[in-house]
Amino acid sequence: MSQKGRVIDLYKTLLHLGKDWPKGYDFFRDRLKKAFLKNKDVSDPEQIEKMIKHGEYVKKEIEALYMLKKYRTLKRRYEL
Amino acid sequence: MSRVLVGVKRVIDYAVKIRVKPDKTGVVTDGVKHSMNPFDEIAVEEAVRMKEKKIASELIAVSCGPAQSQETIRTALAMGIDRGIHVEVSAAELNTLQPIHVSKIIAKIAQDEKVDLVIVGKQAIDDDCNQTAQMTAAILDWPQAAFASKIEKAGDELTVTREIDGGLEVIKVKSPAVISADLRLNEPRYATLPNIMKAKKKPIKKVTPKDLGIDISPRIEILSVADPPTRQAGAILPDVDALVAKLKEGGHI
Repeated sequence: MSQKGRVIDLYKTLLHLGKDWPKGYDFFRDRLKKAFLKNKDVSDPEQIEKMIKHGEYVKKEIEALYMLKKYRTLKRRYEL
Repeated sequence: MSRVLVGVKRVIDYAVKIRVKPDKTGVVTDGVKHSMNPFDEIAVEEAVRMKEKKIASELIAVSCGPAQSQETIRTALAMGIDRGIHVEVSAAELNTLQPIHVSKIIAKIAQDEKVDLVIVGKQAIDDDCNQTAQMTAAILDWPQAAFASKIEKAGDELTVTREIDGGLEVIKVKSPAVISADLRLNEPRYATLPNIMKAKKKPIKKVTPKDLGIDISPRIEILSVADPPTRQAGAILPDVDALVAKLKEGGHI
């Protein structure tokens, strides 16, 4: 996949993850869009690569956050 | 290599605040976010890991419920299950559908599909019954390993670590068996976008309890559903005498 394709893919994946965001999808989408737009003029492939890596990291963090939130809620509810 | 059947239930999302209907017949479900029962997610994850370790050959997910239950099956398919079976139960029938009915359905499907292992979540977060796995094992006359926190396979035997009061119990069961997943069995994966797309192409078979020859006529009648009592506000007392007087008044001493 081209670098551009990968950026779009990352954006879509993050948008998808945002649907479960605790503060709501709109909150997440606004922030996400701002974060991507801030770097829209970057053209150095190496730097873009770095940013994609960071995006992948954020993706993993969000997944971990959701998992932990669910785990903690269940633990609190069922293990007193 | 074995075939694994996983039971998944569609429940109100764990993060949603449950509201009781004013007429006390049940809880509000219209327009409320639903998702897969978290314990069933753990069961699905365990089955998918078995397939990745090449212990399992085919994974089947089964869900009993209205048409929207298909979404729950799709989630399971997106996590890595191969195909789904949707047992259609109308929303009205669902209110009185109990673990006894569900376990009969699962037992029948387990026999029809010739599965070697049934994995379900230990309980659903809506009715908290915690009966389906045990009843399914009883109906099939298979060994059961409820509240599993670790599953290891050796030959046609499974070594299961169970979470019991105050500790862990390690048992050995022969396949075919029924396992129910506890909270610490694994950490379920998040269904990725591409996998959700791919899951749309996986087959879901639709059957009715009647097709399976299972009677789901109600065995209970729901009389009333109520909120748990709200906690009373605390009070700060000036001294010990006041506290003793208050406790006596409440009949605690």
